[in-house]
Amino acid sequence: MQPSSANRPRALRAEQIILFRVGGQLFAISSASVQEVRSVDGLTGTTQDIPNNSVTKVRHTIRRGDTTHYVVSGTAHFGLAPAPASLIFFLRQTPTALLIDGIEKMTTMTYLQALPQPFCGEERDWYRGLAPLDQTVVPVVKPEGFLSVAELTLLDGVLRDEMKKHQSNSTAAPPANP
Amino acid sequence: MSMVAEIALESFVLLRLGERRFALRASQIVELIAPSRVFRFPHRTAALEGVILRRGRIIPVCDVSEQLVGKKLTVRRFYLIATRLFGTRKESMGLPVSGDCELITAEMMSRSDSDSAHVAGWLSHSGDVIEILNLEALTPGPAAAHPASALLQHAEVRA
Repeated sequence: MQPSSANRPRALRAEQIILFRVGGQLFAISSASVQEVRSVDGLTGTTQDIPNNSVTKVRHTIRRGDTTHYVVSGTAHFGLAPAPASLIFFLRQTPTALLIDGIEKMTTMTYLQALPQPFCGEERDWYRGLAPLDQTVVPVVKPEGFLSVAELTLLDGVLRDEMKKHQSNSTAAPPANP
Repeated sequence: MSMVAEIALESFVLLRLGERRFALRASQIVELIAPSRVFRFPHRTAALEGVILRRGRIIPVCDVSEQLVGKKLTVRRFYLIATRLFGTRKESMGLPVSGDCELITAEMMSRSDSDSAHVAGWLSHSGDVIEILNLEALTPGPAAAHPASALLQHAEVRA
């Protein structure tokens, strides 16, 4: 019996990927989706808290140039046990910065199989598909899957409110004594 | 054997989950394989355990024993690889089973409205009445197939 065309490994032009760990689990991401990798130690003092928002996986923002990146906890996103992150991925074409345990290696993927249809939960938004690599199977993440449009809208709203509060506080402040 | 009786007979694979036996249409079965490593990764489809790698293909594994016999299998002797329909598309799934599987020929009895959705029909074999499983209703998917569709499919075969 032949597998369906959707489930058959699709030949890709070799795509360079980064294998990384979150909460001890192995994932892959296209290296073209990662703008920059930084150590979390180097971010001290550059992050801002986002208090009281319902997107619990995002607790901070980082401003880089004209863009505000929302810092997503990889463990919270995937529902894994909290683990200290050592690196952060700044992703392209999405205002997302992803906290990860570390990078395993860079490698090349030549086949990507669509996520089998029985997987019918949120994971369909998380993964581009599954890649067989070195006798293991690695989920390949969608960079835009870390924050949905609804979550981004909500976070943008929280940021706007915070900015308004900050502005009104600064205008209401008494003038300094001459 | 009359012509009508010959047409009514179908091939089924009997599978064992704990002490109970169930049946699947033989046309849905790909192969029976020894248990292999299950690769697990985060997801939100509770019924799925993970995936296995079989001849370069990635196959999801779904333990249906909890739904059918009320508890997870403690002993897995094989994975029965079966195909499940997703709309018009077929995809393979691995079902852990606890014993040998048997290919039989039997007449399928239609399900009734009072049967659970996962029952596609019934057959009688060696003094037992055995449920024929409707994988579309039993296993997760974007849209669970209506049980009537299995009945319709059967009616078409028998017509």
